[in-house]
Amino acid sequence: MSTPQEGSLHRPLPGIHTHLWFEDVSEGDELPSLEVHPTTQQLVMYAGASGDFVPIHYDMDVAQAAGHDSVIIHGALKSAWLAQVVTDWLGDSGWMRDFAVQYRGIDYPNEKKTCRGRVKSKRVEGEAGLVEIELSLEDASGTVTTPATALVELPRRQSR
Amino acid sequence: MVSCNRYAQLEVTTTKKAMPSTTPENVITDQMRSFIGVASRPVSYEISRWDVARFACAIGDANPLYSDEAAARESAISGLIAPPTYLRSLLPGPSHEPFPEPFAHILDAGSRYRFLHPVRVGDVITVSRTLKDMFTKSGRLGTMLFKVREITYTNQLGQIVATQETTTITYGERSGDDAGSDFGEIG
Repeated sequence: MSTPQEGSLHRPLPGIHTHLWFEDVSEGDELPSLEVHPTTQQLVMYAGASGDFVPIHYDMDVAQAAGHDSVIIHGALKSAWLAQVVTDWLGDSGWMRDFAVQYRGIDYPNEKKTCRGRVKSKRVEGEAGLVEIELSLEDASGTVTTPATALVELPRRQSR
Repeated sequence: MVSCNRYAQLEVTTTKKAMPSTTPENVITDQMRSFIGVASRPVSYEISRWDVARFACAIGDANPLYSDEAAARESAISGLIAPPTYLRSLLPGPSHEPFPEPFAHILDAGSRYRFLHPVRVGDVITVSRTLKDMFTKSGRLGTMLFKVREITYTNQLGQIVATQETTTITYGERSGDDAGSDFGEIG
């Protein structure tokens, strides 16, 4: 669930009818973070919903043979959480144009993960108000295993 | 047609970790290179409300745009849409022939998406994947083969709704028994 943080833009819950304007966003703003507590059950749900049945995500023997203590989280599930940080913030008032994610570290279920986002820069291109966002997924020890970036378009008050 | 248990067929060799005899230089064959630029057989999916809701539930995203039809209709988006990474569940079809995969294990290294239009419930999305690039690196896992693929998602109006550039890594010697099987594809 989304946890609003002090100093972050107020977007407490996933919702719609938000009015997030380009002009109201500043470099360095933090997006509300998303804390998740994945379970092995969620990995099975994700395998079924996504069609990704690579066994290292649900078969303990396979995971241990590959040197892990437990099954590991699908990278694409981590990307879903990171994208959600952006889409929760946007509501229905903007559009995520680009989203790029790198799986640098392995993550395991039954540990808290925290997904964070921060406004890196903003610019106007043509009529479009574009905002670059830096994202990261941290494991329970605070290590960033999964960095990501997003480029979003926000509506402009001053357009036209 | 997409086999629904392609991944389950992946044989993962276990027990001992043999020292790889491959070197980065001799992994990529001409036969493997012949796959570059050849598109997979296109596969089309009807985007159903139930499937989108199930995916949103699996990732734990309660956004009403994915599951609350009345709320979604009143929003600026004007109807139910799929979460951005729902595209991962629209598996590409097989390549023209099985890729001669030299390694036993697979890792997902990351993805880059471009989103051009929403994927709406009721759309028919056609998926096509092309191998763009292949290269090798040496690391902790021995010789690793990187494959960069681009997946294109096109709706029933002929609009490209999104592209996904995905990078997978394979590594680790396979046994003689499973040589040549094609686990190859995540996303």
